[in-house]
Amino acid sequence: MIEPIFILEAVVNGILLGGVLALLALGLNLIFGVIDIVWIAYVDLVALCMYAVYFLVTLYGWPIWLAGLGAIVVGALLGMLVHLLIITPILSSPPINQLLATGGLLFFIQSAATLLWSTDHRSIRVSLPTLELGGIFISFSRLIAFGLAILAMIGLYFFLTRTYTGTAIRAVSQDREAIALMGARPQRLYLVTSAVGGAMAGVAGALLIIQYAVHPYFGGAFGPLTFMICVLGGLGNMVGAFFAAFIMAQVISVGGVMVSTEMGYVFAFVLFIVLMFVRPGGIFGRRG
Amino acid sequence: MTIAFRVVGLLALVAMALVPVLPLGAAEEYIWHVIIQIFLWSFVGNAWSLMGRFGLVSLGHGAFLGVGAYATVLLWNFFGMTPWVGILLAILLTVALALVVAYPCSRFQVVGHYFALVTLAVGEVVRLWIVAERDWTGGSLGVSLQTGGAASGWWTLQFADKRVFYYIGMAAWLFGLWVWWRVDRSMARSAMEAIGEDETAAASVGIRVTRFKMGITALSAALTAMGGALLALYLAYANPDTLSGIGVSLRIVFAVVLGGMYSLLGPFVGTALTIALSEYLRIYFGIKLIGIAETIYGLLLMIFIIFLPAGIYGSIREALFRRRSPRPPGAATVRA
Amino acid sequence: MLELSQVTAGYGAFTALWDVSLRVDTGEAVAVVGPNGAGKSTLLRAVSGLIAPRAGRIAFESAELAGRPAYEIVAHGIAHVPEGRRLFPKLTVAENLKMGAFLPAARSHFHESIERVYTLFPVLAERRAQRAGSLSGGEQQMLAVGRALMSRPKLILFDEPSMGLAPVMVLRLFDLIRRVREEGYTILIVEQNVRQVLKLVDRAYLLEVGRIKMEGRAADLAEQDFVRQAYVGF
Repeated sequence: MIEPIFILEAVVNGILLGGVLALLALGLNLIFGVIDIVWIAYVDLVALCMYAVYFLVTLYGWPIWLAGLGAIVVGALLGMLVHLLIITPILSSPPINQLLATGGLLFFIQSAATLLWSTDHRSIRVSLPTLELGGIFISFSRLIAFGLAILAMIGLYFFLTRTYTGTAIRAVSQDREAIALMGARPQRLYLVTSAVGGAMAGVAGALLIIQYAVHPYFGGAFGPLTFMICVLGGLGNMVGAFFAAFIMAQVISVGGVMVSTEMGYVFAFVLFIVLMFVRPGGIFGRRG
Repeated sequence: MTIAFRVVGLLALVAMALVPVLPLGAAEEYIWHVIIQIFLWSFVGNAWSLMGRFGLVSLGHGAFLGVGAYATVLLWNFFGMTPWVGILLAILLTVALALVVAYPCSRFQVVGHYFALVTLAVGEVVRLWIVAERDWTGGSLGVSLQTGGAASGWWTLQFADKRVFYYIGMAAWLFGLWVWWRVDRSMARSAMEAIGEDETAAASVGIRVTRFKMGITALSAALTAMGGALLALYLAYANPDTLSGIGVSLRIVFAVVLGGMYSLLGPFVGTALTIALSEYLRIYFGIKLIGIAETIYGLLLMIFIIFLPAGIYGSIREALFRRRSPRPPGAATVRA
Repeated sequence: MLELSQVTAGYGAFTALWDVSLRVDTGEAVAVVGPNGAGKSTLLRAVSGLIAPRAGRIAFESAELAGRPAYEIVAHGIAHVPEGRRLFPKLTVAENLKMGAFLPAARSHFHESIERVYTLFPVLAERRAQRAGSLSGGEQQMLAVGRALMSRPKLILFDEPSMGLAPVMVLRLFDLIRRVREEGYTILIVEQNVRQVLKLVDRAYLLEVGRIKMEGRAADLAEQDFVRQAYVGF
């Protein structure tokens, strides 16, 4: 039997993990909600951003916070590149081709990363203390990642609700023609959306590299999880994805402590199937 | 189909059947190996396209492949069960899994992107599960089929001579084509096409949407499991990365879409091309630059998807078809 | 102010508009009337850039608009209140109005514009935090008009504004449009409700199967036997 204190620790870690997962899901959901395309390779872009931080710190000696900001820029540029090179030509193609094109990108990123940087696991050693709180040990870097993830999401919320461009991004997903009549350029809004989604990948990458080692197949671990969260929260539904991330993170964290890491994922999946039975449109939502 | 077409097809079949007896020199084992792979993966591709052509885009066929392969191998390794029974049980298990996933999806109209993502998650979770159960499955290192010395023969479906598997693979492939053709000719096809177009409308004219979807999913999963089992038996080895998970699932779909998923031979053409391509890249680059073959593969796939959306074989066929029977004029879309 | 010469337009293989010429002077209110499927909506969509005309010229003030995209045309001062209103249903009333002021030139006058819209349509001020999709049909039409005003246009295109409204709302709507007119905007309106719209405008064009059949002062047109029998109904 596992001691309750470990489970409590797992719950706390689950909450902290949930913050980062929510960030991933929100970035993907933003792009899906607006452009109606799922970037299968989204988490692989996150992995590229993790590499960016890693090399900026280890090779060029940047301080980690600056490298993190660099990763955001890298992410935004990657997002725009993906949109212009891959998405724009296939905007009117059948959905399956759109999925496959970004799936091809997944192959490409994973194998190009292997080619360039080998399959080594690379991590940044951040010497941060571990907090002890009533017998529970919480890693400080996870706490920071959680806090910054929440901040980034608040930032995204304000961008989407308070600025003209952010509001127009929400509007273009509802009526593409009408937003053109307002004088906004749909193509440019898509590009901005992709850049913002990419920047979110950059933030997530910066927050993940201080907790996990990056390797070419990093996307394989977090990618499917991110998709599950998005479906569970309702594709395109930002609030739903936010809460779904915390639920899934909780299952993975607690299940991981009680059985094994992989089984934690399997439990999360079983919960996912069960919830699909109960609330097929996502836990919070309607389907579009 | 014209007579000429049939003759060409028959000749091609005879030529394929004759490959193992032709003197192909030192490379013969390798050539057989590549063709066996093409047969088996085309069979899997055909199984996938049974769903894909009706709008049920699954990105999780790796799950069915993996369950089929692992169940067959593990039943032999741990219980000495002959693959003849093992494959059957593996198929049953896979169909059960497929229905558990597909039922809620169909019942609650999880379609399009949702369906793709749900199945993708299923594929990945099966892979993780295989890795997690490392005491049985060998984890990410994979598991070898225990041949137990002189276990070669029909009882174990293990053959020292590759040529036997060549014919097994070819038979499986033809069987897959036959199933595809039967579905194509059946009432189920029109029903499924109607469902793919508009589920609600299909239901309103009395088509039992869930039942048809379950049927086609079960069929597709069963064939895929069989393909997985045959692949594992042929290689005498199963590995979570080559027989399950997102990578394999995507490769299957790529091959089919590349070839064209609405035609009988599309999956075969696509599979043959992708396997030939990856074999060529692998041999060309050898082990000099690890990852470059895959990088180019991924790049080419993106380019194909962007510039040849109807697939290679599909595009050719479409062009031929259009020339032979021009579309009726008129039929312009009118908007108020 | 706006001048169309020999504009031909359509969708795909279908031509909805043949050689249409039409003129709207500054301060005028002009109607295009005609039966369903005559090409009235196509006409407005060609002006606002939602479709590119196949042939012909569309001059607005000194600019040539034919073939320009919609997001550029609105910057010239043409606001389009589209058929079916086309609000952003999940955005609030205030956010919809904000989108109306998306253009940089309109943004700097945002507060002034929104106060004017709220004065014109007080009900919108009451409902400013409500989602547009939850408004009644009449309120939605007001919001669509208000959103168009937010871009500070010189010319407003109305496409079937009375469509889908209850008869009592239709009367109120024409009242509202009349008030918009009195604010000094130039108006080009497309309507099936011929009787009402002819009371509102100065001049009118009759469009049938994609061609202009008749043109004249609204009062004169309403007197034509042909028009009366076909459209006015008395």
